[in-house]
Amino acid sequence: MAKRVLLGAAAVLLAIAAAYAAFFVAPEERTMGVLQRIFYFHVSCAWAGLTAFSVGFLGNLLYVWKRGEKYDWLGVSCAEVGVVFTTVVLISGPIWAKPAWGIYWTWDARLTSTFILWLLYISYLLLRTLIEEPDRRALLSALFGIFAFIDVPIVFGAIRWWRTQHPAPVIMGGPNSGLAPGMRGTFFFAVFAMHILMWFLIVERYSLEKMRNDVELLRQEAEAT
Amino acid sequence: MKNLDSVFWAYMLGWAIFFGFYLSIAKRSNDLRAEVERLKKSALGNSRGK
Repeated sequence: MAKRVLLGAAAVLLAIAAAYAAFFVAPEERTMGVLQRIFYFHVSCAWAGLTAFSVGFLGNLLYVWKRGEKYDWLGVSCAEVGVVFTTVVLISGPIWAKPAWGIYWTWDARLTSTFILWLLYISYLLLRTLIEEPDRRALLSALFGIFAFIDVPIVFGAIRWWRTQHPAPVIMGGPNSGLAPGMRGTFFFAVFAMHILMWFLIVERYSLEKMRNDVELLRQEAEAT
Repeated sequence: MKNLDSVFWAYMLGWAIFFGFYLSIAKRSNDLRAEVERLKKSALGNSRGK
Protein backbone atom coordinates (compact mmCIF):
# COMPACT_ATOMS: atom_id res chain seq x y z
CA MET A 1 0.00 0.00 0.00
CA ALA A 2 2.81 2.41 0.96
CA LYS A 3 4.56 1.64 -2.32
CA ARG A 4 1.36 2.48 -4.25
CA VAL A 5 1.03 5.80 -2.39
CA LEU A 6 4.67 6.62 -3.17
CA LEU A 7 4.19 5.69 -6.83
CA GLY A 8 1.05 7.87 -7.02
CA ALA A 9 2.86 10.82 -5.43
CA ALA A 10 5.78 10.36 -7.85
CA ALA A 11 3.38 10.22 -10.81
CA VAL A 12 1.61 13.46 -9.79
CA LEU A 13 4.86 15.33 -9.03
CA LEU A 14 6.50 14.21 -12.27
CA ALA A 15 3.41 15.17 -14.29
CA ILE A 16 3.40 18.66 -12.71
CA ALA A 17 7.15 18.98 -13.42
CA ALA A 18 6.61 17.85 -17.03
CA ALA A 19 3.86 20.45 -17.53
CA TYR A 20 6.12 23.12 -16.01
CA ALA A 21 8.96 22.11 -18.35
CA ALA A 22 6.61 22.14 -21.37
CA PHE A 23 5.47 25.70 -20.59
CA PHE A 24 8.55 27.35 -19.07
CA VAL A 25 11.67 25.36 -20.02
CA ALA A 26 11.15 24.26 -23.64
CA PRO A 27 11.85 26.96 -26.24
CA GLU A 28 8.96 28.40 -28.25
CA GLU A 29 8.55 26.86 -31.68
CA ARG A 30 8.82 29.40 -34.52
CA THR A 31 5.78 28.65 -36.69
CA MET A 32 3.15 27.44 -34.18
CA GLY A 33 4.25 29.44 -31.13
CA VAL A 34 2.60 28.50 -27.84
CA LEU A 35 0.28 26.01 -29.59
CA GLN A 36 3.21 23.62 -30.13
CA ARG A 37 3.38 23.09 -26.32
CA ILE A 38 0.46 20.64 -26.68
CA PHE A 39 3.02 18.37 -28.40
CA TYR A 40 4.69 17.42 -25.07
CA PHE A 41 1.36 16.24 -23.61
CA HIS A 42 -0.25 14.80 -26.74
CA VAL A 43 2.71 12.71 -27.95
CA SER A 44 3.81 11.52 -24.50
CA CYS A 45 0.24 10.32 -23.80
CA ALA A 46 0.21 8.54 -27.17
CA TRP A 47 3.47 6.74 -26.36
CA ALA A 48 2.25 5.77 -22.89
CA GLY A 49 -1.01 4.44 -24.39
CA LEU A 50 0.87 2.30 -26.93
CA THR A 51 3.15 1.00 -24.15
CA ALA A 52 0.09 0.04 -22.06
CA PHE A 53 -1.40 -1.87 -25.01
CA SER A 54 1.97 -3.59 -25.58
CA VAL A 55 2.20 -4.75 -21.95
CA GLY A 56 -1.45 -5.86 -22.17
CA PHE A 57 -0.59 -7.83 -25.32
CA LEU A 58 2.12 -9.67 -23.37
CA GLY A 59 -0.47 -10.41 -20.67
CA ASN A 60 -2.87 -11.75 -23.32
CA LEU A 61 -0.16 -13.99 -24.83
CA LEU A 62 0.89 -15.27 -21.41
CA TYR A 63 -2.74 -16.02 -20.51
CA VAL A 64 -3.25 -18.09 -23.68
CA TRP A 65 0.01 -19.92 -22.97
CA LYS A 66 -0.10 -20.42 -19.18
CA ARG A 67 -3.77 -19.72 -18.25
CA GLY A 68 -2.81 -17.85 -15.05
CA GLU A 69 -5.54 -15.47 -13.89
CA LYS A 70 -2.98 -12.78 -13.04
CA TYR A 71 -2.23 -12.48 -16.78
CA ASP A 72 -5.92 -11.87 -17.42
CA TRP A 73 -5.93 -9.15 -14.74
CA LEU A 74 -2.85 -7.59 -16.37
CA GLY A 75 -4.49 -7.70 -19.81
CA VAL A 76 -7.69 -5.96 -18.74
CA SER A 77 -5.82 -3.39 -16.59
CA CYS A 78 -3.53 -2.42 -19.46
CA ALA A 79 -6.42 -2.29 -21.94
CA GLU A 80 -8.43 0.06 -19.74
CA VAL A 81 -5.44 2.34 -19.01
CA GLY A 82 -4.48 2.28 -22.72
CA VAL A 83 -8.02 3.36 -23.63
CA VAL A 84 -7.80 6.26 -21.15
CA PHE A 85 -4.49 7.48 -22.63
CA THR A 86 -5.80 7.06 -26.18
CA THR A 87 -8.94 9.03 -25.26
CA VAL A 88 -6.70 11.88 -24.09
CA VAL A 89 -4.80 11.66 -27.40
CA LEU A 90 -8.05 11.70 -29.43
CA ILE A 91 -9.22 14.82 -27.55
CA SER A 92 -5.96 16.80 -27.35
CA GLY A 93 -5.19 16.07 -31.03
CA PRO A 94 -8.28 17.78 -32.50
CA ILE A 95 -7.86 20.72 -30.05
CA TRP A 96 -4.36 21.15 -31.52
CA ALA A 97 -5.49 20.45 -35.09
CA LYS A 98 -8.20 23.12 -35.28
CA PRO A 99 -5.88 26.16 -34.99
CA ALA A 100 -2.97 24.38 -36.76
CA TRP A 101 -4.80 22.80 -39.74
CA GLY A 102 -8.13 24.66 -39.70
CA ILE A 103 -10.06 21.41 -39.05
CA TYR A 104 -10.69 19.29 -35.97
CA TRP A 105 -10.53 15.95 -37.76
CA THR A 106 -9.68 14.30 -41.04
CA TRP A 107 -9.65 10.62 -41.94
CA ASP A 108 -5.90 10.45 -42.48
CA ALA A 109 -3.86 7.28 -41.83
CA ARG A 110 -2.63 8.12 -38.30
CA LEU A 111 -5.90 9.57 -37.03
CA THR A 112 -8.02 6.77 -38.48
CA SER A 113 -5.75 3.96 -37.24
CA THR A 114 -5.69 5.54 -33.75
CA PHE A 115 -9.48 5.84 -33.71
CA ILE A 116 -9.78 2.18 -34.82
CA LEU A 117 -7.34 1.20 -32.03
CA TRP A 118 -9.55 2.99 -29.50
CA LEU A 119 -12.67 1.24 -30.88
CA LEU A 120 -10.94 -2.16 -30.79
CA TYR A 121 -10.02 -1.85 -27.12
CA ILE A 122 -13.46 -0.44 -26.22
CA SER A 123 -14.82 -3.62 -27.90
CA TYR A 124 -12.37 -5.71 -25.83
CA LEU A 125 -13.73 -4.13 -22.63
CA LEU A 126 -17.36 -4.56 -23.78
CA LEU A 127 -16.71 -8.19 -24.69
CA ARG A 128 -15.65 -8.87 -21.10
CA THR A 129 -18.96 -7.58 -19.78
CA LEU A 130 -20.88 -10.00 -22.03
CA ILE A 131 -19.29 -13.28 -20.82
CA GLU A 132 -20.05 -14.42 -17.27
CA GLU A 133 -17.99 -17.59 -16.99
CA PRO A 134 -14.51 -16.36 -15.81
CA ASP A 135 -12.24 -18.81 -17.70
CA ARG A 136 -14.15 -18.40 -20.95
CA ARG A 137 -14.16 -14.60 -20.53
CA ALA A 138 -10.40 -14.55 -19.88
CA LEU A 139 -9.58 -16.78 -22.87
CA LEU A 140 -11.85 -15.05 -25.38
CA SER A 141 -10.78 -11.58 -24.32
CA ALA A 142 -7.09 -12.62 -24.44
CA LEU A 143 -7.60 -13.87 -28.01
CA PHE A 144 -9.44 -10.68 -28.93
CA GLY A 145 -6.68 -8.61 -27.26
CA ILE A 146 -4.05 -10.37 -29.41
CA PHE A 147 -6.14 -9.53 -32.50
CA ALA A 148 -6.64 -5.89 -31.42
CA PHE A 149 -2.89 -5.43 -30.92
CA ILE A 150 -2.35 -5.85 -34.68
CA ASP A 151 -3.37 -2.17 -34.99
CA VAL A 152 -0.58 -0.94 -32.65
CA PRO A 153 2.27 -1.31 -35.21
CA ILE A 154 -0.07 0.18 -37.85
CA VAL A 155 -0.57 3.29 -35.65
CA PHE A 156 3.20 3.50 -35.14
CA GLY A 157 3.96 3.07 -38.84
CA ALA A 158 1.08 5.15 -40.28
CA ILE A 159 3.06 8.43 -40.35
CA ARG A 160 6.14 6.62 -41.67
CA TRP A 161 4.48 4.60 -44.45
CA TRP A 162 1.87 7.10 -45.71
CA ARG A 163 2.28 10.86 -46.04
CA THR A 164 -1.14 12.33 -45.27
CA GLN A 165 -2.35 15.18 -43.00
CA HIS A 166 -0.64 14.23 -39.72
CA PRO A 167 2.94 15.57 -39.43
CA ALA A 168 5.88 13.23 -40.08
CA PRO A 169 7.54 11.75 -36.97
CA VAL A 170 10.16 13.85 -35.18
CA ILE A 171 11.46 10.86 -33.19
CA MET A 172 12.63 7.71 -35.02
CA GLY A 173 11.56 9.34 -38.26
CA GLY A 174 14.70 8.99 -40.34
CA PRO A 175 17.63 11.29 -41.18
CA ASN A 176 15.58 14.50 -41.69
CA SER A 177 13.64 14.24 -38.44
CA GLY A 178 14.55 15.42 -34.96
CA LEU A 179 13.89 17.94 -32.21
CA ALA A 180 15.87 20.99 -31.08
CA PRO A 181 18.05 20.07 -28.04
CA GLY A 182 15.89 22.13 -25.59
CA MET A 183 12.75 20.47 -26.87
CA ARG A 184 14.23 16.96 -26.83
CA GLY A 185 15.01 17.00 -23.09
CA THR A 186 11.54 18.30 -22.21
CA PHE A 187 9.89 15.78 -24.52
CA PHE A 188 11.68 12.74 -23.08
CA PHE A 189 11.02 13.98 -19.55
CA ALA A 190 7.29 14.23 -20.42
CA VAL A 191 7.40 10.71 -21.89
CA PHE A 192 9.01 9.44 -18.66
CA ALA A 193 6.41 11.25 -16.50
CA MET A 194 3.50 9.83 -18.51
CA HIS A 195 4.95 6.32 -18.28
CA ILE A 196 5.15 6.61 -14.47
CA LEU A 197 1.51 7.78 -14.46
CA MET A 198 0.59 4.87 -16.75
CA TRP A 199 2.41 2.42 -14.44
CA PHE A 200 0.61 3.85 -11.38
CA LEU A 201 -2.82 3.57 -13.05
CA ILE A 202 -2.11 -0.02 -14.19
CA VAL A 203 -1.05 -0.99 -10.62
CA GLU A 204 -4.25 0.56 -9.21
CA ARG A 205 -6.46 -1.07 -11.83
CA TYR A 206 -4.70 -4.44 -11.36
CA SER A 207 -5.32 -4.41 -7.61
CA LEU A 208 -8.99 -3.61 -8.29
CA GLU A 209 -9.24 -6.64 -10.59
CA LYS A 210 -7.53 -8.82 -7.98
CA MET A 211 -9.98 -7.56 -5.34
CA ARG A 212 -12.90 -8.32 -7.68
CA ASN A 213 -11.62 -11.88 -8.01
CA ASP A 214 -11.33 -12.22 -4.20
CA VAL A 215 -14.92 -10.98 -3.80
CA GLU A 216 -16.10 -13.51 -6.36
CA LEU A 217 -14.40 -16.34 -4.42
CA LEU A 218 -15.94 -15.11 -1.15
CA ARG A 219 -19.35 -14.95 -2.81
CA GLN A 220 -19.00 -18.54 -4.07
CA GLU A 221 -17.99 -19.68 -0.56
CA ALA A 222 -20.97 -17.86 0.95
CA GLU A 223 -23.31 -19.50 -1.56
CA ALA A 224 -21.82 -22.95 -0.86
CA THR A 225 -22.33 -22.69 2.92
CA MET B 1 -0.47 34.76 -26.67
CA LYS B 2 -2.43 33.41 -29.62
CA ASN B 3 -3.99 29.95 -29.16
CA LEU B 4 -3.24 29.80 -25.44
CA ASP B 5 -6.88 28.78 -24.85
CA SER B 6 -6.37 25.67 -27.03
CA VAL B 7 -3.28 24.70 -25.03
CA PHE B 8 -5.19 25.28 -21.78
CA TRP B 9 -8.13 23.10 -22.87
CA ALA B 10 -5.92 20.29 -24.19
CA TYR B 11 -4.10 20.01 -20.85
CA MET B 12 -7.19 20.57 -18.67
CA LEU B 13 -9.41 18.04 -20.44
CA GLY B 14 -6.56 15.51 -20.45
CA TRP B 15 -6.00 15.89 -16.71
CA ALA B 16 -9.75 15.76 -16.05
CA ILE B 17 -9.91 12.40 -17.86
CA PHE B 18 -7.00 10.97 -15.83
CA PHE B 19 -8.49 12.27 -12.59
CA GLY B 20 -11.95 10.91 -13.48
CA PHE B 21 -10.45 7.50 -14.26
CA TYR B 22 -8.60 7.42 -10.95
CA LEU B 23 -11.82 8.35 -9.13
CA SER B 24 -13.70 5.57 -10.93
CA ILE B 25 -11.06 3.03 -9.75
CA ALA B 26 -11.35 4.39 -6.18
CA LYS B 27 -15.16 4.17 -6.28
CA ARG B 28 -15.15 0.61 -7.65
CA SER B 29 -12.62 -0.40 -4.94
CA ASN B 30 -14.82 1.10 -2.21
CA ASP B 31 -17.88 -0.75 -3.57
CA LEU B 32 -15.92 -4.03 -3.49
CA ARG B 33 -14.73 -3.38 0.09
CA ALA B 34 -18.36 -2.81 1.12
CA GLU B 35 -19.29 -6.07 -0.64
CA VAL B 36 -16.52 -7.94 1.28
CA GLU B 37 -17.88 -6.57 4.57
CA ARG B 38 -21.41 -7.61 3.62
CA LEU B 39 -20.25 -11.13 2.67
CA LYS B 40 -18.25 -11.49 5.91
CA LYS B 41 -21.27 -10.45 7.97
CA SER B 42 -23.55 -12.84 6.13
CA ALA B 43 -20.98 -15.69 6.54
CA LEU B 44 -20.78 -14.90 10.28
CA GLY B 45 -24.60 -14.91 10.50
CA ASN B 46 -24.74 -18.29 8.71
CA SER B 47 -22.15 -19.90 11.04
CA ARG B 48 -24.03 -18.63 14.13
CA GLY B 49 -27.28 -19.99 12.70
CA LYS B 50 -25.71 -23.44 12.49
